[in-house]
Amino acid sequence: MSTVLELAGVSKTFVMHMQGGVRLPVVAGVEFAVRQGECVVLAGRSGAGKSSILKMIFGTYRCDAGSILVRQRDGAIDIAAAEPRQILALRRHTLGYVSQFLRAVPRVAAIDVVAEPLVITGVPRPQARQQAADLLRRLNIPDRLWPLPPATFSGGEQQRVNIARGFLSDLPLLLLDEPTASLDAGNGAVVVDLISEKKRRGVAVVAIVHDDDIRSSIADRVIDVARFATAA
Amino acid sequence: MLDQATPRTNPDADRPLLVAEGLSKWYGGRLGCRDASFALYEGEVIAVVGESGSGKSTLLQLLSTQLEPSCGRVLYRMRDGATRDLASLGEAERRFLFRTDWGYVHQDPALGLRMTVSAGANVGERLMSVGWRHYGRIRQAAGEWLGRVEIDEDRIDDAPSTYSGGMRQRLQIARNLVTSPRLIFMDEPTGGLDVSVQARLLDLLRGLVAELSLAAVIVTHDLAVARLLSHRIIVMKDGEIVETGLADQVLDDPREAYTQLLVSSILPP
Repeated sequence: MSTVLELAGVSKTFVMHMQGGVRLPVVAGVEFAVRQGECVVLAGRSGAGKSSILKMIFGTYRCDAGSILVRQRDGAIDIAAAEPRQILALRRHTLGYVSQFLRAVPRVAAIDVVAEPLVITGVPRPQARQQAADLLRRLNIPDRLWPLPPATFSGGEQQRVNIARGFLSDLPLLLLDEPTASLDAGNGAVVVDLISEKKRRGVAVVAIVHDDDIRSSIADRVIDVARFATAA
Repeated sequence: MLDQATPRTNPDADRPLLVAEGLSKWYGGRLGCRDASFALYEGEVIAVVGESGSGKSTLLQLLSTQLEPSCGRVLYRMRDGATRDLASLGEAERRFLFRTDWGYVHQDPALGLRMTVSAGANVGERLMSVGWRHYGRIRQAAGEWLGRVEIDEDRIDDAPSTYSGGMRQRLQIARNLVTSPRLIFMDEPTGGLDVSVQARLLDLLRGLVAELSLAAVIVTHDLAVARLLSHRIIVMKDGEIVETGLADQVLDDPREAYTQLLVSSILPP
């Protein structure tokens, strides 16, 4: 199976100018690769830099050193050195990120929030909505909520809408930042199934999960990020 | 090991729509904007943020040729594919660009609308200026655009002076978009509106920009507006660009002291 993602020598330090320029080293020398159909779980105590690594892969955090190569349709691209519009293109066609928080967009119906990633890649809206509906149903979002904007939904419902949105498109690399946090067991199991289906279709997954049962049912490999701790 | 390769892309999408090169503007001895350079691609939305006096409005006026730069230039890829230095355009060419390929949304709708003629005429006027002559078709197109910006068609004959602030702003947007521009400039488009009115306008703008794959330069002091609408953010301070990057990068991992100050000054709702 071929490599989809490869990090080498990646490091990150925050410089807090509001606090007199204090430097907060997060990680250094991050090195791992993920193959097609493989799920790598990042483990470590909170504050160890797990989320920062995911955010660097997604391009939300800039990385200070090293390279983050992501394979896409025509060759690989180094996110650490890519132009913003290359990262945007990568997010449209290759790279997905699912957190436990939904960034609510005012007035957009839940079903359209979920369908949007497909619509922007050119899937006709009715078809994208049909797929969105199937996924919302699997995640136990009652259909009376579909036409409503999710801003007023409960935390758990918003989280499931966000998961549906993140899992709908067929991106070859998925980053999951505690997607199952605070879900009940039933919905947690649905997410485990969704991840397994992605893996079977060759999607590479990098995940942060705290729940031991969920972790053992999805992880092919666990990487303890403590080994990327900085000397400081 | 992954081999790095330059991705193949369609050559036209790979050429910027607009390029600012070393744009500077001095008002006598006072600096408006210094050495601003960046490229904007089709379908891309850039937000220019900073506090009042940071030079962001000066930059917008320089880009849209409403101000003449003290030095530097703006290049624009015209509809025929030729890239031109905007300073070299004749007055007629420039006006044509403004009426067809560009839109300009003012913070105060009264500056972008004719307040005493009907809403329909405000939208229709742009079409007439590009050669539309058939009254029925102009009225129909105007009506359709009013619908897209959520103005009831039975208000088509009312003058915008009878409209609320939010409706005026939506009408200004319809007037700008009716000629299918490729680039739209917006100066604090949601400034001075109630939050609920603002949310509706933002949602509308977000939808239209994506649907029409518009390029846009949006000046705003509101970082939430920038996050919702833009792909990239340019941060300005004292007339200079201090930081640029992906919108989420600049807001979630601000690097410069000034950007960190701006981001940390956002009031939680």
